[in-house]
Order: sequence, then structure tokens, then C-alpha cells
Amino acid sequence: MQGSINAAVDLGAVLKPLTPVAPGARIALGVSFFVLFVAVWAVATFGGFVNKLFLADPLTMLKSGWTLLAEMGFAKDIGMTVWRVLGGFVIAALLALPLGVLMGAYKPIEAFFEPFVSFARYLPASAFIPLLILWAGIGEAQKLSVIFIGSFFQLVLMIAVTVGNTRRDLVEAAYTLGSSDRSLVWRVLIPGAAPEICEILRMVLGWAWTYVIVAELIGASSGIGHMITDSQALLATDQIIFGIIVIGLIGLVSDMGFKWLNRWLYPWAQLGR
Amino acid sequence: MNNFLSIRAVSRSFASTHGGKPTLALQSTDLDVAENDFITILGPSGCGKSTLLRIVAGLDRQTSGEVKLDGKRIEGPGADRGMVFQSYTLFPWLTVRENVCFGLNERGMARSQQVEIAQSFIHKVGLNGFENHFPKQLSGGMQQRTALARALANGPRMLLMDEPFGALDHQTRELMQELLLGIWEAERKTVLFVTHDIDEAVFMGSRVTVMSARPGRIKLDREVPIAHPRSYAVKTTPAFIALKAELTEQVRTEVLAAQAAMA
Repeated sequence: MQGSINAAVDLGAVLKPLTPVAPGARIALGVSFFVLFVAVWAVATFGGFVNKLFLADPLTMLKSGWTLLAEMGFAKDIGMTVWRVLGGFVIAALLALPLGVLMGAYKPIEAFFEPFVSFARYLPASAFIPLLILWAGIGEAQKLSVIFIGSFFQLVLMIAVTVGNTRRDLVEAAYTLGSSDRSLVWRVLIPGAAPEICEILRMVLGWAWTYVIVAELIGASSGIGHMITDSQALLATDQIIFGIIVIGLIGLVSDMGFKWLNRWLYPWAQLGR
Repeated sequence: MNNFLSIRAVSRSFASTHGGKPTLALQSTDLDVAENDFITILGPSGCGKSTLLRIVAGLDRQTSGEVKLDGKRIEGPGADRGMVFQSYTLFPWLTVRENVCFGLNERGMARSQQVEIAQSFIHKVGLNGFENHFPKQLSGGMQQRTALARALANGPRMLLMDEPFGALDHQTRELMQELLLGIWEAERKTVLFVTHDIDEAVFMGSRVTVMSARPGRIKLDREVPIAHPRSYAVKTTPAFIALKAELTEQVRTEVLAAQAAMA
């Protein structure tokens, strides 16, 4: 009884709302959930609780992953998929940035585009695939278009909101320091919104990864999604899971890269957090 | 008196949000400010003193009347009227030095000259050694000192201050008052300073004006009979206390009127 009360007190000391966690403990906690996840998976498969036909065990998955990479040229598929995501995403970002900033800064431009963009944002990118195949064939243009449709409208809207939320007192301060309307956009609105725009890019890039696989499930001859469709025909759940995990890992790495880049580019935005 | 800044019959009313009658924030107000003068404006909260200042800054438009600076109508904000706000308005993505350079950069001044001017004002507000700090790394008082340096470095013809020390603790506020007064005594910029702190108004101002409860107008205008340079010690002299007593009475009447109007 005494012990359980002490434990409750200790838990209270560790789990205080919004109290930060030490960097070492953060990594340990993060890794331990991965370990737990794999452990549950291993018990379920090696223990015979799940039929091998439906779920491969971790070791088989790793082995066939190695076979995929070493013998079946899966590295090329990964490269293709990464290229498609980045290609479609970069095109979307390059067009969304200026339009989003203009919409955030100039209300008539926002009034013109915002209703349509809000509408287009809800059009499911995957539903466009049959149309895009009709328009662009089954080549790379179709894959890039899916990513573009999936990320462009989201980006525009979120960037516009961020820029439009610039603190009004900063805008007024800039005007009293002699800023013109044009330099207000370049020297106040854009630099002030930049860290949040980077966060938006990071988030939407994550969504782009889900669109690329859908695009590759239909009418593709390479890419991670294509490998997954092929494996489905062979009931190779080990390969499917390997493919999914590879996507997850690439996502994790690009996410961490983006976060690191953001911290490095905008040290001021990290202060006082 | 040469009317460097002339405010003529300026009023401001705000449209009502629910289709009712518009609210009159500022009734027809006249004020003349001579060059190199330091005018403080006192009044209860909501009396329109900030509105008046924002109209002079060009950040708000009067409903009627006219504001002229050196004979020229004020149509919008400009670098000739520097402003220090009550809220912390340093650009968080710029260091102290870059914040102070902001206005100079807007004018396309050569970089070396910008840095030289910025450095001299950073020195004047006592922030040597903090040039490369970001605003979030500074205390409130240091942020307002940077904001003051930023406004002054731009070489404005007049300085508009909207309760700039209102968010600071009492001790920091008193030090800031001495700092600003010291700079004013050296540079003699024209200053319009809004506050609700009577001590501050008397200590800083060469003229103190009191505004009435909403709708505001200037109901009292007094020279401060205390010579410059002033040290903090003048706050206990009979002349200071006498003026403070009179202003306290006047402001109190208006605060009570404002409360009665709300009830």
C-alpha cells in the first residue's frame, strides 16, 4: 500500500503537464516504443497467434527485404519513389509559395482565389488518378500530377493563413520606420512567417508520401507502391511490410532533416519555447 | 508659438459592430506642439489618447479635422514620425543591431553607415554587448530600450510614444524615464508621450495635458515649471508635488466620469 502511494507520487513528479523531458530520456522513450512495437509483432507471429499467410514475422520480413534490395533492384524502386515525391512536391511548393504569400498579404487576391482553393483542397488526389492517366498517360507526369494536386492546394491555403496572421503591431512598427508596402511584404511578412512556412512544408511533404504510393499502386512499372502491388499478387506479406517500413523510415529521416534545417535556419523561432 | 505639429478639430468615431450608433472616441480636439517640446498626454483608459497618437502617426484616420506636421498634412505613416509602442514590437527574427538598422536599411543607406549609426544609438540606450541578441533573449526593459534606439536611429522629426513603459515593472520604468529624459535633454526631439502615470507625465513633460473621459478632448494644458536637466530628485520638490496634486484631482474626476458612463 505504502509502495503504491510512493509510486503514484513518483509518477506525479515525472508526468507534470507541459514539463520538458531531458534529451537523453526523450530518445530512450522514443526508441523503446519501437522496441515494444516489434516485440508485440514478434510474439504475435513467432508465437503462432497469427497465420503467416496474413502477417509475416520480423525476421522473414528482414530477409526478404535484403533479397529485394540485393537481388531484385528494390533500391531503384526506392529511388524512383523518392524522386517522384520530391519532384511533385517541389513543383507544388515553388508555385504555392508566391501564391500563398500574395493571398496572405493582399486581401483582394485572397478573396479571388480562396474559395476555389478551399474547394479544390477537398478534392481527393487519388480520385484524379483515372483522369490523370487519361490526360497524362501512365508515365512520370501522371505520378507528379497526383502529388501536385495533393499538396499544392493545402500548401497555398496554409501559407496564406500564416502570412495573413502576421502581428499587426509589427506591421505598424515597420510603417512608422518608413517601410513601403512592397518592402513590408519582403522584410516583415515573409521573414516573420518563414519558420511556420517551413513547418507547413514539412507536414505536407508527409502527406505527399501517402499520395505517391496510391499513384504507384495503379499503372506503374517501378516504385515502392508498384513493388507492393506485385507482392500482393504473390501474397508476399513480408515484402509488403518491408516496403511500408521503408516508406516510414524515409519519412522519419526527412522529417528529422526538416526539423533540423528549421532550427538551423531560424534559431530565433526556437527561443522561449 | 511656432506650430510644428498642429492638431485642428480632430475627431474620431468608430462604426458600431451591431448597426447601432457609431461610438465617438475623440471629440473635436485641438493641440499645438512647438518644435523640441516634450508633451505628455494623461487620461483615463479609453479616453482616446492612444487614438489621438495613432492619428498623428498616420496609423489611424481622423473622422474630421486636420493634422499638420510642419505645415504638411499627415496622410499616412512615415519615417518622419518615429513611434514606440506599449507592446514589444521588435522584429523577433532580427538581432538588436538589425532591428536598429531596419529603418536605415529601408532608406537604402550604405551598410557601414547603418551599422555606425545603429552602434551609436545602441550605446546611448546602454545596450553595448547585446548587439547580436535576439529580442526574445532580452528583458522587457531592454526590448523597449532597443525599440527607442530603433526609433531614434531613424532620425525622425518627432517621436510618438504610446505608454512605452506601461508593461515594465516600477523600478525599470523609473530608470527608463531617466534614460529617455537624458536623451531628450541632449537631442531635443519633439516628443508626444501618452501615459496614465501622473508621476511619469510630470517628470518627463515640459507640458502636461489631461484628456477628459470618452469622448476625449483636451481639458487641461499646463507648463511644467521645473528646469532641465531634471534628476529623479525633482520628484520630491514642492513644484512637482503641487502640479502632481492638481493633475491627480483632474484625472480622478475623469476616471470617475468614465466609470459613471459605464455603469
